[in-house]
Amino acid sequence: MTQLLLRGGTVVDETGTRRADVLVVDGAIAAVGEGLEADHATRVLDADGCLVAPGLVDLHAHLRQPGHEEAETIATGARAAALGGFTAVVAMPNTDPPIDCASVVRDVLDLAASATCAVFPAGAITVGRAGRSLAPMAEMAALGVRLFTDDGTGVQDGGLMRRALEYGSALGVTLAEHCEDDRLAAGGHLHEGEWSSRLGIPGIPSEAEELMVARDIALSRLTGAPVHFLHLSTARSVALVREAKAEGVAVTAEATPHHFTLTAAAASGYDPVFKVNPPLRTDADVAAVRVGLADGAIDAIATDHAPHPPEAKEAPFDQAPPGMLGLETALALGLTELTAPAVGLPCLSTEALVALLSWRPARIAGLAGEHGGPVRVGRPAHLCVIDPAASWVVESARLASRSRNTPYAGRTLRGRVRHTLFRGEPVVIDAEAQR
Amino acid sequence: MTHHLLAVDDLGTDGIEEVLRLTESFVEVSERAIPKVPTLRGRTVVSLFYEESTRTRLSFEAAAKRLSADTMNFNVASSAVAKGESLRDTVETIEAMGVDAVIVRHASAGVPVQVARWVEASVVNAGDGWHEHPTQALLDCYTLRERLGSLAGRRIAIVGDVKHSRVARSDVAAFSSLGADVVLVAPPTLLPPSLVGWPVEVSHDLDQVLAKVDAVVLLRMQQERQTEALVPSLREYTAGYGLTRRRAELLGEEAVIMHPGPMNRGVEIAADVADLACSVVTRQVANGVAVRMAVLFLLLASGTRP
Repeated sequence: MTQLLLRGGTVVDETGTRRADVLVVDGAIAAVGEGLEADHATRVLDADGCLVAPGLVDLHAHLRQPGHEEAETIATGARAAALGGFTAVVAMPNTDPPIDCASVVRDVLDLAASATCAVFPAGAITVGRAGRSLAPMAEMAALGVRLFTDDGTGVQDGGLMRRALEYGSALGVTLAEHCEDDRLAAGGHLHEGEWSSRLGIPGIPSEAEELMVARDIALSRLTGAPVHFLHLSTARSVALVREAKAEGVAVTAEATPHHFTLTAAAASGYDPVFKVNPPLRTDADVAAVRVGLADGAIDAIATDHAPHPPEAKEAPFDQAPPGMLGLETALALGLTELTAPAVGLPCLSTEALVALLSWRPARIAGLAGEHGGPVRVGRPAHLCVIDPAASWVVESARLASRSRNTPYAGRTLRGRVRHTLFRGEPVVIDAEAQR
Repeated sequence: MTHHLLAVDDLGTDGIEEVLRLTESFVEVSERAIPKVPTLRGRTVVSLFYEESTRTRLSFEAAAKRLSADTMNFNVASSAVAKGESLRDTVETIEAMGVDAVIVRHASAGVPVQVARWVEASVVNAGDGWHEHPTQALLDCYTLRERLGSLAGRRIAIVGDVKHSRVARSDVAAFSSLGADVVLVAPPTLLPPSLVGWPVEVSHDLDQVLAKVDAVVLLRMQQERQTEALVPSLREYTAGYGLTRRRAELLGEEAVIMHPGPMNRGVEIAADVADLACSVVTRQVANGVAVRMAVLFLLLASGTRP
């Protein structure tokens, strides 16, 4: 029997906020209350001045395994996740081979068995993510896959997307779309606008995203099947989703930290570390994403953690792959930028921020039974302990990810994950990964 | 003074003026019986051209040699790049050999900016993707000054495929920095999607523009733009935006015709128009060497006199 006590913290979950110690016994929460006693066999972790929250849930991470182990492995990605407070991560299927059939799902689950967080593979909607024929969704769903997406690209064929939604509705799964009309986005590497024009880089217009958001809202309405929108980046996309929700269409959406903190101007020095898809957009888009996070148009913050090795990001801008790291900085960016924003931008409470990172994404991913739930006796002990006052400097060389492509290197952030418990095991103690 | 020349704005108005002043003295050097000065003796200038170019590469090479610099030519096709070496590794290898300046030409925008972050040597942008070609703009300014005197208050039209043109971006920055008014003339599909922050006017009516300009810069029209459906056909492009004989007659008497080359005679410029007295196309090439001497001098030998 292993016992662990989180002492002196403030519990934050969807039932509210209160001062309480949390006792964990054999991987489950055994007691929650003030002044819990620890016997000599109980390991005590200090949580004084800290928030004790359900482990965070990331709807969107690229763990790169199988196929691109030079960028990340499930083990290194899970370590980065744990350091970021995440105890569950949805792994995107654009691996090599892609996660588009039961055997690859099994491989990923096997690799994830000893990881420091739970890894839930998302399945591809189409075979090879090629957008031509439906992947065997039922055989993947039978292994527990709850989210399907061709992320990295959108399903271009509206007829095929309709059939996927119809077919998936019998399986109780959710389809998640990377909204990008390939023809409109053709050849773009940066948000189309002032900066792309000035830098001489082909742009991706906002409309490439918005058209597919509008189409998939229509298809969700038509089929009644849920659609989750990945990484919304434009003001009009947020407005479209808000309107669809008001109408009762079964859509949900996520936004990434980089889309609520950075604009295309960050790429003015042609550093491909700022190249990402969808691209960084404008101040107005950043503001709209923040409003969407505050008013519920956007349901969750997801990292779109996309590791690339240094040599890939030292290529010319138009040849470098898109994507940036996110797992280790997401929570701190939320605390720094959303709970204490500049004047004129919406301010989120810490509780609202934790909701966006924990129980709300857990529901979208179909994981609420196990993850993101209230800190209550009997629940699995997936917990993160957050020191909201700690400030730290992002140093790319010190990140646990195998890659270094953070756009926040050198930035001082406020709020840090102090401890992370996964199935009751302290995988992070005092901001250090334990394995 | 700036250590690199990556974009026209690196120089500022004063820097441009200084380059043009220096160019004048190097034009004089070029006209000597032995057009060579010892200014950069012992310095090494390497050309790193990832994209085909004849005139720009030769022009830089001639400029470096007339300043007595040692020159090295990095041939991408026969180098380790062909074996998969990364841009950064290539650049750091070259720098390790001890070079003072790297002249970079690349099909991707921003490469000289990236290279400048990795090396101590001065980096000169010899054209990067659609971004900039600053020495072309400087030689355009010098050539215009030869004909027009000051550019302040002059009106200059840049005609054609502005969207994909590094020459256009550099020319706009340089001309406006010297006080000229710039008008871009192109079909909307060949303009950048946003002109926010560009000190320009836009027109789609070349006939109307020509009567009021002091100079017209014609940009090379590429065959691919037709296959990309940016224009229905080169024939239709020429009808709307080509400098035909008839249109050339709309120009004022003093007006100057420029083209960065290589020209598509019969597309953006009629064959006989290219050879008119008001065309300064070959003068541009001649001045190119002196301008590049001025730039290399400024970056590598500031403090000494030519």
